[in-house]
Amino acid sequence: MNDILIEAKNLSMFFPITKGIIRQRRIAEIKAVDDVSFFVRKGETLGLVGESGCGKTTLGRCLMQLIRPSSGEVYLEGENLCNMEAEQLRLIRQKMQIIFQDPFDSLDPRMTAGEIVAEPLRVHTKIRGNELKEKVAGLLRVVGLDSSMASRYPHQFSGGQRQRLGIARALSIRPKFIVCDEPISALDVSIQAQIINLLEDLQSEFDLTYLFIAHDLSVVRHLSHRVAVMYLGKIVEIANRDALYRVAKHPYTVALLSAVPIPDPVVEATRERIILKGEPPSPIALPPGCNFHPRCPIGIEACREEIPSLREIERGHWVACHLA
Amino acid sequence: MTQAQNTNHTEKLVKNSEFKERGPIGEVFRRLSKRVTAMMGLVIVVLFFISALLAPHLAPHDPYEHSLAHKLATPSWDYPLGRDELGRCILSRIIYGARISLLIGLIVISIGIFIGVPIGVVSAYYGGKVDFIVQRFVDTMLAFPGILLALLLIAILGVGLHNVMIAVGISTIPIYARLARSSVLAMKARQFVEAARSIGASNLRIILQHLIPNSLSPIIVQSTLHMATAILWAAGLGFLGLGVSPPTAEWGAMLNGGRLYIRVAYHVATFPGLMIFITVLGFNLLGDGLRDALDPRLKT
Amino acid sequence: MNCPYGVRRESQKNMSLLQVRDLKTYFYTDAGVIKAVDRVSYDLKEGETLGLVGESGCGKSVGALSILRLIPNPPGKIVGGEAIFEGKDLLRISEDEIRQIRGNRIAMIFQEPMTSLNPVLTIGLQIAEALELHRGFDKKGARGEVARLLRMVGIPDAERRINDYPHQFSGGMCQRVMIAMGLSCNPKLLIADEPTTAVDVTIQAQLLEVIKELTSRLGTAVILITHNLGVVARHVNRMAVMYAGRMVEVGPSVEVYAHPRHPYTIGLLASVPRLDQPRKERLVPIDGQPPDLIHLPPGCPFLPRCSRRMERCSVEGPELREVGRDHMVSCWADID
Repeated sequence: MNDILIEAKNLSMFFPITKGIIRQRRIAEIKAVDDVSFFVRKGETLGLVGESGCGKTTLGRCLMQLIRPSSGEVYLEGENLCNMEAEQLRLIRQKMQIIFQDPFDSLDPRMTAGEIVAEPLRVHTKIRGNELKEKVAGLLRVVGLDSSMASRYPHQFSGGQRQRLGIARALSIRPKFIVCDEPISALDVSIQAQIINLLEDLQSEFDLTYLFIAHDLSVVRHLSHRVAVMYLGKIVEIANRDALYRVAKHPYTVALLSAVPIPDPVVEATRERIILKGEPPSPIALPPGCNFHPRCPIGIEACREEIPSLREIERGHWVACHLA
Repeated sequence: MTQAQNTNHTEKLVKNSEFKERGPIGEVFRRLSKRVTAMMGLVIVVLFFISALLAPHLAPHDPYEHSLAHKLATPSWDYPLGRDELGRCILSRIIYGARISLLIGLIVISIGIFIGVPIGVVSAYYGGKVDFIVQRFVDTMLAFPGILLALLLIAILGVGLHNVMIAVGISTIPIYARLARSSVLAMKARQFVEAARSIGASNLRIILQHLIPNSLSPIIVQSTLHMATAILWAAGLGFLGLGVSPPTAEWGAMLNGGRLYIRVAYHVATFPGLMIFITVLGFNLLGDGLRDALDPRLKT
Repeated sequence: MNCPYGVRRESQKNMSLLQVRDLKTYFYTDAGVIKAVDRVSYDLKEGETLGLVGESGCGKSVGALSILRLIPNPPGKIVGGEAIFEGKDLLRISEDEIRQIRGNRIAMIFQEPMTSLNPVLTIGLQIAEALELHRGFDKKGARGEVARLLRMVGIPDAERRINDYPHQFSGGMCQRVMIAMGLSCNPKLLIADEPTTAVDVTIQAQLLEVIKELTSRLGTAVILITHNLGVVARHVNRMAVMYAGRMVEVGPSVEVYAHPRHPYTIGLLASVPRLDQPRKERLVPIDGQPPDLIHLPPGCPFLPRCSRRMERCSVEGPELREVGRDHMVSCWADID
């Protein structure tokens, strides 16, 4: 298919746990991302949800090659990023950018807002001087900041404004693909909607493709065209937004959806919810069979032995569950 | 348990509202100006720099002009701190002596910083085997007594100011390497460094633009404190006769010269000694103040 | 003080347990005075769950900590007001008296369970400490009671886990330990400060269920501090919305969610996407930035972001006034 912008094939990231100082022996590994395949189409937003430690952030970093994956491939417009040299990768970053979760930590405290936004242009283009200044001013305006704020330092901005700076920085070299790594979860509730709207506006204005990583399922539904759900390093369900939210097939997705509290006491009073037992197992010692079976409310015998593969059960709706 | 939580709350509150108007340097100066001792240190250090830089204009007399007729003369209007064993003006010699002390301090620190910091930064940034090897080398250097190294170098290269400075400078390299390494390690984990990588910035740019500027605070503090140590070292070696050659005005050597006459002419040894004491104190006070001002976490 | 379970379970549901009046807590910083809590008043009935809602820095946590006088001084200071709990003004009693109340009559749990527990002591010892201090247990008796408490909050294999250290527990389990510790002395009031912010949704659901179940069984009143409007809707009878250190709306949660009367509450509820409703094409955000607490505008602090502002709002700040049964709002505009 021609409209695929970025595709991951059998992507895995295992972090080794080693012992010993000089001769490092591998004693175990953390399977942060385990044989994951998916694609994102041009102009769409793929939502990636899951709980902390499920590997969604690592997956985003692997796509960007900020962490080099242990195996598998990532294709951006047909080019395999995983076997690129460092210098080639450095140049390809013009096509893909990332917006970080923590707007307090992701901006260099010793640089002014203008310098921060200008940095990608300095790295990748020859634009300097007044032209650069004007370009930065324009970018600040695009993300809803006053261009006179360019000389301020990050600590002089509020959380929402800093996130706007982070967005302006990502946008400056006109990337095609942006990984949004929980860009709103560190923000105040009243600011979140502002940033969500901004991301939507920019997507249509600049023809962007997003991978939107989040743990808030209501926000993901609002922003995404398709949604992937991750549990312990694996994608357990991936489908169009409406299909997933209307008829989730994987018991984990169902439980996750029912655990989201709804801001209405009347609805809450009558709502049925599934409270999962126990906690996710450690990613170092995964259970045999399906990762989810120790907590699964509907599991059968086969789930303890056989790892379910991701199957297409309806057009565009993939589920990794024996019972789906 | 609750205390930690509370301070957290307050910190957040204060962070949200405070320091909105100033850039980083203005903010540090504002915090520094709140501490009386730090400001005293700053005044002493500034006076020290002024007297070193403007010595020819400030000194009332030629520091090398001797007059045996007036040797050991007590303080007077013309010679406020008196004259030494060769009849030279002690005040002028102290003012000129500041030049030597400043020079020694600056060169010692420069050797430490310009060699130590890159070693530490590279070691922390690349990690792994590079880090392991560099750190063992640094450990070895740290285990070697500095004074011994200085004496060894003097024994090999001969007595002289340059050799003293090189020796003391080399002995500070591992300290700066350690310091730079630990602060770069802390910075490396911050998201803005990852952000720079995601932009496509080269390793060199990340190191120069992001890691080093953000790791400077502890190095500035350490180098201020090191100025004090370097001055003491130089004075100590001067006192032992291993530093500058005789006619040069140098505080340690002046102290040594006056030592013989301490019973008949107190001022000859006292004033250089006092100068060493005040200058060292000044750098230490400023260093402590800077440490607090540059590290908001220690703020009370 | 010995207070075994059950003995104090009076059924006086309507009796007021805590009355907070005109509470003011200020922080004195180099940059100026931060009015973290400014003339806040509310009532809490026995066994009731009150939700304190607001964004970071709105004063919800500081307000609750002030009741227990846990504000670090300097820079913080409780400047005025009163907090009557069981007939005593908590802001005026002696340090010894308040220590008798902390952890015993009023317990607290925090957002970060990991940092609230001492990493070098076993959790058994940490819970036993409160039992020995407030309930007169000896070392042996305390052990049995600790096991019972851990079972109560749903920690599997409780007897063995008594000897474990905090790092051997997951975040969710640590928070269960904190709940066990909080409820160990059968308090009349439990202050839960963002108890589920640091954990995942599925664990959040478990924890809130445990808190709800246990406090209703023990008749403990709860102040639940949170920024999550969904959590409030599910677990709270009455709610108070705070903005910039002030109470802007108080009322039964069913009423406030159905008919919010303050522009801030209205804006907040409208700005969050909801899973139970059809997807909106566009969210309606609240404009502007969070308030700068040192440079608040005169009059109403919400004014710069308000969609319903009038001339009067910039002159004098509105006070809480009754707009419905038990429903109070501090806004000059009459919004239905």
